[in-house]
Amino acid sequence: MSRIETTLRGLRQADRTALMPYLTVGYPERDSALTLIPALVDGGADLIELGVPFSDPLADGPTIQAAGQQALRNGITLTRCLEQAAALRHQGVTVPFVLMGYYNPILQLGVAAFAAQAARAGIDGVIVPDLPPEEAAAVRAACAAHGLDLIFLLAPTADTARIDIVTACTDGFVYLVSLVGVTGARDHLSEDLATFVARVRSATDKPLAVGFGISTPAQAARVARIADGVIVGSALIDAISYADAPAEAAARFVEALRVALDAARSAP
Amino acid sequence: MSSSHPAVIPSNGPYYGRFGGAFIPEILAPAIQELEAAYDAARADLAFQAELDATLQTYAGRPTPLTPAHRLSDALGGARIYLKREDLAHTGAHKINNALGQALLARRMGKKRIVAETGAGQHGVATATVCALLGLECVIYMGTTDIERQALNVLRMQLLGAEVRAVDAGSCTLKDAINEAIRDWVTNVRTTHYLLGSALGPHPYPRIVRDFQRVIGQEARVQILATEGRLPDLLIACVGGGSNAIGLFHPFLDDEAVAMVGVEAGGSGIDGGQHAARFADPERGRLGVLHGTQTYVLQDPDGQIALTDSISAGLDYAAVGPEHAWLREVSRAAYTYATDAEALDALQRLSELEGIIPALESAHAVAEAIKRAPQLPADALIIVNVSGRGDKDMQTVAEMLGDKLSSDQPHSGRRA
Repeated sequence: MSRIETTLRGLRQADRTALMPYLTVGYPERDSALTLIPALVDGGADLIELGVPFSDPLADGPTIQAAGQQALRNGITLTRCLEQAAALRHQGVTVPFVLMGYYNPILQLGVAAFAAQAARAGIDGVIVPDLPPEEAAAVRAACAAHGLDLIFLLAPTADTARIDIVTACTDGFVYLVSLVGVTGARDHLSEDLATFVARVRSATDKPLAVGFGISTPAQAARVARIADGVIVGSALIDAISYADAPAEAAARFVEALRVALDAARSAP
Repeated sequence: MSSSHPAVIPSNGPYYGRFGGAFIPEILAPAIQELEAAYDAARADLAFQAELDATLQTYAGRPTPLTPAHRLSDALGGARIYLKREDLAHTGAHKINNALGQALLARRMGKKRIVAETGAGQHGVATATVCALLGLECVIYMGTTDIERQALNVLRMQLLGAEVRAVDAGSCTLKDAINEAIRDWVTNVRTTHYLLGSALGPHPYPRIVRDFQRVIGQEARVQILATEGRLPDLLIACVGGGSNAIGLFHPFLDDEAVAMVGVEAGGSGIDGGQHAARFADPERGRLGVLHGTQTYVLQDPDGQIALTDSISAGLDYAAVGPEHAWLREVSRAAYTYATDAEALDALQRLSELEGIIPALESAHAVAEAIKRAPQLPADALIIVNVSGRGDKDMQTVAEMLGDKLSSDQPHSGRRA
């Protein structure tokens, strides 16, 4: 079993919910991840999603679009993202890393070369938001050859047949998209979320992590009662965007989520 | 012409050789499947086809004429040129063919809301038009650069009842408008049909758009046979995404004697990188994935999509339709480019010699005909697709030509 799945199952057994923050690598400064990610871990993150910037991120809302554009202006590339992951491992960061990036930069690096370099850099899993299972054969094979999880998303638009296809393919966990839409902080969680999570839960025992639109500790707490992991991206990026000291802001933001998650699971 | 071109078997599946596919966010997977199933059902439904054919005839003005370009042919010497007059279709471009087909399909699927992207504005106008015709809500995404250079089309869309949403991201052109239209579709997928305007995007769009545009080539084939008693030697069409070109080419694919040339936007020239010629720039035009399809894409070494540049908004896009990439790979069609200056010159020559002001997009195809015709024998036949009319481009043309336009001397006279 992969480090990612071991981590998520271990937390499930301990009756805790995994806190899985997403950061765009290269934002706000080119090397910010080297200080932000240790801060996220100190604040209580169980797993880190490293976002690779892309010029045309069609599944992302305004916050992650803008962060990605800034990161590209800062000179970040897929190769530099992998170098920063390796540097973080060298610093002693041990939580699982999931790299999340669009397909074209991976294709240009070369699918096999990408998987080899990612594994060497200490990446544990990969999410490619514009690569559905039907197009993923080459990437799956390359990831499998290098011990990387390839994690697929599921959306509330999926019917039972689709849920079966995606849950059968995914490694590590199933990434449940909480809403019908793009990434970005929202005022309210989707009312159908619990039903959607239950539909997927009945199809698989794999860990379920919920992302897209989760911004506040209260929302995270609600998700914690039904899912194994909570993914927070845009709201975290908003929090560091307006901070004088981004690393401290990141740690404080994650700490607040951690407290809310733990309280939600220990409540009767 | 003696050379023959191998017959190829067209694909109805997701792939054209190694090109195509459906690289989409998971949210859209059910919608793509629903669209493909609905389209297959519509294709097999005689009543749907009859309604589409009747509407193309009584509303869109089909068939469009095939016009012999006598004075242009005489001026060039060599091959005789015919013009397929998509500029005379309702709304002034071939875009109406696909917009009408997809809007009827959307109505059949029970979708009441349409989103679309537009570059030059021609697809946006066509979409707004069919939405007015069928009583569908219509939102058009358009880059701010294009809004500025195609102001007339923005007004037309608004008059037709569409909401035009400005996209101020990236290069503020077609690529960015597609990003935003897809984001809207991702968000409203349960009620909304994305009416994609070119032979691009995830499967089944390249196939659907091609099928709805095949009427161009089907008509041209019948018309040239009726007029000349034989097939043409050469077809020429401009290629942005490539919908007008694939529509003209496709019904001739089995005709081995018919050569085909697609003309990309050469911008200010290939060397400087200010262009949208995916096939002509071996350094930046490489196999990639953009907007759901695997094809030739202009990009940097890291796989970030390049900014493109062309005088014509409709060709100003980083990826080419996957079926064109395949036709080129199997050597069934050839691809070249025309620069901004060549297109502008061709626009003037067609205007002065034939009384037809082509769109700047179509002028790229005319420019290739101007290069090729003199090299061909007098009995050779060329069909050039005049995919749209140039009214929308008058502001751009005025800016480019400046006071040259007010000169007493006719342009053709200066050249002679």
